[in-house]
Amino acid sequence: MGVGDPYGMHAAHAIVSGMGGLRTAGDLVARLQLNRAMRIEDAKKYVAGRLGVSVEDIADPVAMREVREDMDLGALNECPGVAKGIDAKFRIAKLLNLEINCVNKFKQKIS
Amino acid sequence: MEKIQTRMGDGIRCEMTGAELREDLEKGTTDAADRAKIPVLTKDELQYLYEIHKCTDRVVGVEKGKEVCLTYDSCTTKIKRAHVSLSKIQSLQIFERALGADTLELAHIDYSYKPVKPIVVFEKPIMEQALLITIPALLYGAMPNLGLYSQPVGPCPNPLDLFAQGKIAEGRASFEEAIDYAVKDMVYVGSEMYETGADGINFDTTAAAGDAEFLAALQAVEILKKKYPEMGIEMGMASEFIMGLHGEVEYDGVRLAGLYPHDQIKLAQKAGATIFGPAINVVPSKSLPFNLARALTYTKACSEASDIPVHANLGMGVGGVPMAISPPVDALARASKAHVEICRLDGL
Repeated sequence: MGVGDPYGMHAAHAIVSGMGGLRTAGDLVARLQLNRAMRIEDAKKYVAGRLGVSVEDIADPVAMREVREDMDLGALNECPGVAKGIDAKFRIAKLLNLEINCVNKFKQKIS
Repeated sequence: MEKIQTRMGDGIRCEMTGAELREDLEKGTTDAADRAKIPVLTKDELQYLYEIHKCTDRVVGVEKGKEVCLTYDSCTTKIKRAHVSLSKIQSLQIFERALGADTLELAHIDYSYKPVKPIVVFEKPIMEQALLITIPALLYGAMPNLGLYSQPVGPCPNPLDLFAQGKIAEGRASFEEAIDYAVKDMVYVGSEMYETGADGINFDTTAAAGDAEFLAALQAVEILKKKYPEMGIEMGMASEFIMGLHGEVEYDGVRLAGLYPHDQIKLAQKAGATIFGPAINVVPSKSLPFNLARALTYTKACSEASDIPVHANLGMGVGGVPMAISPPVDALARASKAHVEICRLDGL
């Protein structure tokens, strides 16, 4: 993305083209792009397969809200007991079979 | 005759007839194709662009199923620049929880690797804490910014001053000395952040100081990738064309001066980048249809040449987005949609 005010740049791109981050599975797809250099179609299929849902579902906030709650992958809204940060990433690493750097560092700290 | 409302590259509103709009679309794609020796947009793609400009809706969007991932150049800076008094971690949470961010990026307000080096010890605890309470991948980002290594602010004699005096060899030697300093700083900061737990590093606005800076960034990427094979590395560019300020530097046997995005991507990928961001500058005095067609032509060729994800830069003044600090949403939405759909992008 780039320079601009948050409304005109970041919110606008998110609404026009974005997957939606934690509202959907955008963060999961992005991890595969960043850490496995997977292109979008492959990354979406991989995530959908691991979640056991369709590719259409992973960009849908209603479908993904339920999936994220069921699998405890972190959710947007205030909700007691739901994973809030590193705890969600432990499960994301396992779900995606992906090495997440901070999760590995955390494990080293507590081992 | 029906007029179509659009904008100039600087964001000022203007009106064009259908014929004028089609002519500017043709000129824009031809301009890019001629410069980079790449194909022009197809007739169908130009018709698609005509239709999204003719559409009177304020906002357009990608078709369902074509959504892409978003990466950022400094989430934290954007909140500070909006005069919102929040900490860096709170700024990241705003992106994560209010702005639909697929990834996050922590950064220093002086967004270059050189000024980060002395304060990295203060950035690391913020990174550590942010990693504990956020969920999306968290990058650390800054610019290679080779200009900071030249006198009077840096250690090396200013190469452009030397060139102006006819001292070509001395100027090139100065650039080469600056490359060494810059690589050390980028590798140092990148290593410190990765050792802290960051998911990846972003090299933003790469090659702003030309071919020598591009080489420095490629070398830093290569070193970091060898050191940390799992590290995510994003390389975003400064413009569509690598300026040959040094003129002779090469990476992997390829001369860097004069490369366009479809060749830049191949070297970034070879060095170890996992996401590449082409940046196509806007010509403020030309219309947005001209600029958008031009940007799409470069970026489409880049995406087709790539094996790694391509996240085009669509910030102020790049990628067909007007050179205006408060981007008009009508223009941004058209640029965003067209880039994702025509270039088959992986992200923005």
